[in-house]
Amino acid sequence: MNNHTWHPAPIDSQECTLLEIAELALSRAANKGATGAEVSMGHGQGISVTVRRGQVETVEHNRDKSLGVTVFFEHRSGSADTTDYSATAVGSCVDAACNIARFTEQDEFNGLAEPDLLATEFPELDLYHPWDLDMEQAIELAQRCEQAALEQDKRITNTEGGSISSHHGSDLYANSNGFRGLSRNSRHSTSCSVIAGEGDGMQRDFWFDSCRDRNDLMLPEEVGKETARRTLRRLGARKIRTGDYPVIYEAPVAGSLMSHLVSAINGSSLYRQASFLLDSKGEQIFSRQIRIHEQPLLKKASGSASFDNEGVATKPRDIVSNGVLNEYVLNSYSARKLGLQTTGNAGGVHNLTIDSTINGGLEDLLSQMGTGLLVSELIGFGVNTVTGDYSRGAFGFWVENGKIEYPVQEFTIAGNLRDMFRSIEAVASDVDTRRSTRTGSLLISKLTVAGE
Amino acid sequence: MSELIQLAQQSLWHPTGLVEQDISRTLGKIMTPGVDYADLYFQYSRHESWALDEGTVKSGNFGIDQGVGVRAIAGEKTGFAYSDEITGSALLDAATAARSIAMSYKDSSAIAVRDGVDIVPLYQPLDPLDSMQDKEKVELLRQVEQIARNLDPKVKQVMVSLAAVQDTIMVARSDGLLAADIRPLVRMNVSVIVEKNGRREQGSMGGGGRFGMEYFTQQDRAGEYAREAVRQALVNLDARDAPAGEMTVVLGPGWPGILLHEAIGHGLEGDFNRKGTSTFSGRIGETVASSQCTVVDDGTIPDRRGSLTIDDEGEPSQNTVLIENGVLKGYMQDQMNARLMGMQPTGNGRRESYAHLPMPRMTNTYMLPGDYDPNEIIASVDKGLYAVNFGGGQVDITSGKFVFSASEAYLIENGKATHPVKGATLIGNGPEVLTRVSMVGNDLALDSGVGVCGKDGQSVPVGVGQPTMRIDGLTVGGVSVE
Repeated sequence: MNNHTWHPAPIDSQECTLLEIAELALSRAANKGATGAEVSMGHGQGISVTVRRGQVETVEHNRDKSLGVTVFFEHRSGSADTTDYSATAVGSCVDAACNIARFTEQDEFNGLAEPDLLATEFPELDLYHPWDLDMEQAIELAQRCEQAALEQDKRITNTEGGSISSHHGSDLYANSNGFRGLSRNSRHSTSCSVIAGEGDGMQRDFWFDSCRDRNDLMLPEEVGKETARRTLRRLGARKIRTGDYPVIYEAPVAGSLMSHLVSAINGSSLYRQASFLLDSKGEQIFSRQIRIHEQPLLKKASGSASFDNEGVATKPRDIVSNGVLNEYVLNSYSARKLGLQTTGNAGGVHNLTIDSTINGGLEDLLSQMGTGLLVSELIGFGVNTVTGDYSRGAFGFWVENGKIEYPVQEFTIAGNLRDMFRSIEAVASDVDTRRSTRTGSLLISKLTVAGE
Repeated sequence: MSELIQLAQQSLWHPTGLVEQDISRTLGKIMTPGVDYADLYFQYSRHESWALDEGTVKSGNFGIDQGVGVRAIAGEKTGFAYSDEITGSALLDAATAARSIAMSYKDSSAIAVRDGVDIVPLYQPLDPLDSMQDKEKVELLRQVEQIARNLDPKVKQVMVSLAAVQDTIMVARSDGLLAADIRPLVRMNVSVIVEKNGRREQGSMGGGGRFGMEYFTQQDRAGEYAREAVRQALVNLDARDAPAGEMTVVLGPGWPGILLHEAIGHGLEGDFNRKGTSTFSGRIGETVASSQCTVVDDGTIPDRRGSLTIDDEGEPSQNTVLIENGVLKGYMQDQMNARLMGMQPTGNGRRESYAHLPMPRMTNTYMLPGDYDPNEIIASVDKGLYAVNFGGGQVDITSGKFVFSASEAYLIENGKATHPVKGATLIGNGPEVLTRVSMVGNDLALDSGVGVCGKDGQSVPVGVGQPTMRIDGLTVGGVSVE
């Protein structure tokens, strides 16, 4: 049996505790007769502060821990979780998982990931930069952020406040094939939301930044200014006439289209035949210029990890190249169901990136579009992964000859994702790196807009 | 001492030997000068779920989540800390962190806690996880799958899930109130995929409430969910593209009440109105709906998913009138926002768990019935959309723009519901949409017990309901442009 153990050195006492408890849980499962078991644990702590109108609104001290265990009796499985790390509670948790497994049914595809796919190399991904942020300092930063937004313009009439948060912790995945993987992570963020206008004309918008290392965060004042800019530009929004128009998704909302792609090429949607991209591997689903790839080993990035939630090694890979769907997004269960090999995506994709197709940013993309719609916010859940039918509420701007003319609201954009993917004409270079999905603004040649 | 408090103490305090004096001392520690209000929220939650997929009950999960949340309020400031250990020392640590908001560090004397007035529970303090043998749960899932598959050969996939939670909570407040609640909650969901000539569509149906799992076997409810899911999916196999643009919309009874939840419910929550960030801020007494519309938020309906005997701040839930005959009457309040606005709490202070702060949230939000026969309402429309089932919705409370997405809808042509059309998102303006309600039906129905409401990252179970309703002008987000 391979033994893959990895942890940052030196480990602290809390991490020691995680490892000890995981061993306890795994041996309990083995004693109960389980043929396999896996344990996922995490502990973290942090602080979140919100300031409104210059005064403290909330101070939250967070301290969380969790333990989840899955046991296998041949191909039957059961799982249980607890927040209590006492030996008694962990023992009961394993017993509960074993009890569940008495009643679930044999499923030949159930089980741990194949041992030869487990990670054996653990590059330093630079994800852990804890910030010793005290309450007074957090309050001051949040005040600076909100203040910068409020002083931009007299038309800013109200505020939902400025916020600072900082969290750090450790996660452990361990299984009965000898894998032990401990990872540390930190995340710090600054956010702000203000309101401009009055009565029926009120508009709200927000901005945030989020990083692993506080030294990479936008200054609080910059976040405040951007919040003000985004809120003010919405004032005077009109309705739009129903019709078909070209549409640009601004970078912060463009990632949603990539998440719809992931839902459709996800193993569990595929084996359930619940996807509009069923059997599309090898097909041209985007135009030839589109490349979409995973970058799990990017330093300091939001979605980086050297192993997935089953201990499987992640690797950089092209999911779509030249517009052709090369690979699916699988964990070991869905991979076995489909007769394929896991792609290291138990728990999700890692820094899914759509490459820019033009050197320019949003301005250039607006020029390329000429006349049409720029969408800056989406609301609602009108996306059907089975059929690809898409209809969501939106907010944005009417664009003529590459110039933003006026804000528009109370409309929907609709189409079918299959057509929408094919008609992505260009991706700008204004990549939003705050989330695990990375994309610039993108232009779709035609969507149906329903307004007045 | 009430039976509920005794039961709650057994789960929450006895395992670590916590006693009333610990609570009194902790409250005394938080109530440093400058702190106006404080509460401790103890929670012990057991949950279980089972899922059937591709003919196999392949997964099941059991879990326990417990802890205590400690909150201090000073004016508009809130300090909050929590611990997943319910011990005297963890309480004092959390109290020290929470009270730091007041910037003063002097303990007050201990605060005695006592039971509030006796409240008649709206549901039994039962354990829904034990309401059925594990073997029977698995058997039930299999039966439901068989019912769905046997209905039509076009049924290709059936997914069935069954979940139960027992939530034991206790609140101790700085005004001395001690209150407890034991909340059972069960839910079943069936979703199917059907296929005809290479076209696939889905349908889903579920239900639940605050009782044991036997609810699903009574009156063949589980079977009914399966039949309904298959029916919806088959209807969608024949659906055409939905129209795009503004038109007359008739909403069916029950779950379409999500319109009320999104269009006006969130905008009437106390926090947004205290801050003046809601499009409904300062509008009490104004006409915001047609005179046929009366809308309430009612947490007092026995056994309903959205109901609460007491809210998460120990306040008995209420039937609160939000809109009466078209006029805006009131907001939904928690302790803090009620106090800051000089209003009374309405039993709407809710939180996802001990690790989250309470805020004003809805319970069961619905519109009272009107005079019209539902058939008469459809017959009154020359051309429009009849939408009977919905997925989720969302609202921007500041601009008032809201959406909700239809999953089953029909064209109305010359007074008749004719062809099914594909799901589409409907978008409107909260303060405006109910002014366009021209007919309210006599067929009030509540949803089947599946609603989840999200706000600031916190999820809580809710209910909605309404009678059939005609709206003269709502934007329908289809793809078919005339």
